[in-house]
Amino acid sequence: MSTMTIDKAAPTRKVKYGSMSRDRAWALRWSYFFLAIFVIFFLTPPIYMFITSLKSSAEISAATNPWWVFHPTLENYSALLTSNQFLRFFWNSALVSIIVVTLTMLIAVPAAFALSRMRFWGSAVLATGVFLTYLIPETLLFIPLFKMFAMIGDWTGIQLINRWYVLLIIYPTLTVPFCTWIMIGYFASIPKELDEAAIIDGASWFQTLTRIFIPVALPGLIAATIFAFTVSWAQFLYPLVFTTSTDQLVMPVGIITTLIKGDVFNWGQIMTGALLGAAPPLIIYAFLMDYYIAGLTAGATKG
Amino acid sequence: MQVGGPARFGTETHGECTMADVALQSSRTTAAQKARKRSGLQNVLKRKSTVAFLMTLPLILLILLLVIYPALYALHLATLNKSMQRFVGLSNFEFLFKRETFWLVVKQSCIFAITAVIFKALLGFIIAHFVHNIPAKGQRKWRGMLLVPWVIPPAMSTLAWLWLFDPSYSAFNYTLSFFGIGPIPWTGDALWARFSVILVNIWVGAPFFMIMYLAALKSVPDQLYEAAAIDGANWWQRIWYVTLPMMRNIIAITTLFSLIVTFANFDIVRILTAGGPLDHTHIFATWAFRVGIEGSDIPLGASVSLFMVPILAVAAVFILRDVNKRGNEA
Repeated sequence: MSTMTIDKAAPTRKVKYGSMSRDRAWALRWSYFFLAIFVIFFLTPPIYMFITSLKSSAEISAATNPWWVFHPTLENYSALLTSNQFLRFFWNSALVSIIVVTLTMLIAVPAAFALSRMRFWGSAVLATGVFLTYLIPETLLFIPLFKMFAMIGDWTGIQLINRWYVLLIIYPTLTVPFCTWIMIGYFASIPKELDEAAIIDGASWFQTLTRIFIPVALPGLIAATIFAFTVSWAQFLYPLVFTTSTDQLVMPVGIITTLIKGDVFNWGQIMTGALLGAAPPLIIYAFLMDYYIAGLTAGATKG
Repeated sequence: MQVGGPARFGTETHGECTMADVALQSSRTTAAQKARKRSGLQNVLKRKSTVAFLMTLPLILLILLLVIYPALYALHLATLNKSMQRFVGLSNFEFLFKRETFWLVVKQSCIFAITAVIFKALLGFIIAHFVHNIPAKGQRKWRGMLLVPWVIPPAMSTLAWLWLFDPSYSAFNYTLSFFGIGPIPWTGDALWARFSVILVNIWVGAPFFMIMYLAALKSVPDQLYEAAAIDGANWWQRIWYVTLPMMRNIIAITTLFSLIVTFANFDIVRILTAGGPLDHTHIFATWAFRVGIEGSDIPLGASVSLFMVPILAVAAVFILRDVNKRGNEA
């Protein structure tokens, strides 16, 4: 683009044009070179996970080249996928994530609709509050939350600590504010005429939301869903604090606490578990990359 | 008091909003005429503000009960003694100030967050430029590969790093041994352990910066670069006088966001070093966990985590200001 303009502006300097395009060709080559280096840096851990997952324990402790698999085996995969414990972690993670995503959407979508379309007393303050809540990290809240739930257990006899479903109550604090925030942005970008027309036609607010806003803002909804799922799937601190029994654990904590036994690290299985734990977000990302990136950038650009 | 999308939107379209209200109102009055004996409660339930309130009620409850209440409760907890039966005022904090480990944690948290954020931002900026440089149809593929560290749950990818850093089987040391570089104690030595946790954090976070900066780069109009090229600007001047000013807001917001997240990081340090060797890599979150949950001194743990608040608050204020500014510009 820029070379062309220069060409027009200074037609007498034809010679320069050639050198500039050569410069660009070199710049391109360097770009690919450095990108390749960065890709190697970024992909080394996941690839190494995969390499290790194909090795037997004997090969892992052998003094051979660690970057290569000499005797590929699937024994780690078969060991994990037939272990009830591991399947239990996977099942817990899936259950928690799916329910949390559903809850998050049920809370965030109506709230975002109300905050973006129905002005009411305190709605601007609430929108700010939602954004601020998103900025509060979980590391600030885990201790008081732990104590709170322990006290609820003492007072009412409802045991919540060390039950996987306590995560259903806690995870929304991580997912709802962000999802509400980006849904506000998506809803606000819908032309006002659409919902006016609906209301004039006699649609209720609820109908406006389900018949117009949700279908029109579907890309935003998908982005928010992906976000909520990846956050719930990847969460490590809360399950580490709130659950301890092996049948209550979710994937990340389960892999770390059960596969690492004392000083004995069964690295083949740990890497296999880590890879399987990373698989659901990676698969979603592979298929819905554009939505994923839209959600990522929406947080700071939409609002 | 305007913040971002919703508030901005409200002022723009206030007039139309009332129009829709009128429409709703009229349909409601005819409905009311048809069913005169409808109770007052039902009318209240149909009012717009009531509907809106009910729609936001779960959100409000969630924020009040599970975010604001625990935050205040943390303040209360921090003033109790270990068995949580006696009010001790500020002596938890006094105790912390007298402990050497605490100051180590403060120092390490700052080093960790600031170094990691600077390098993430730099790396993200550089990579975004390289991706932006190559032809548009190849960009998707590269971007897809470069974002992978961000997609993998950090707890899982840190395990891979832990294995790469393994004292006896480190694949890095194996490779480095060919260059005559002795075995590096990645997580064993205080200095190297600090380096390692920062490295992993950069690895996880740089792709996020890359994506944000790439989006920002794409929004810079080409004409500006053309004009700069005509004026004879070199590549450095183009970055300094065109790219950076145009991206200033995105850079500021992304950096502040990342500062909050990095400062409050838990997963990476916990899994990679668990604070060791000799507490040299503890940051606020991991030390609060060690003291509060593992050491079951909940008040002291709460006090430790409260030290994150000032830094987070400052960052949050700046983010809000920037989001505001952007809202007004648009």
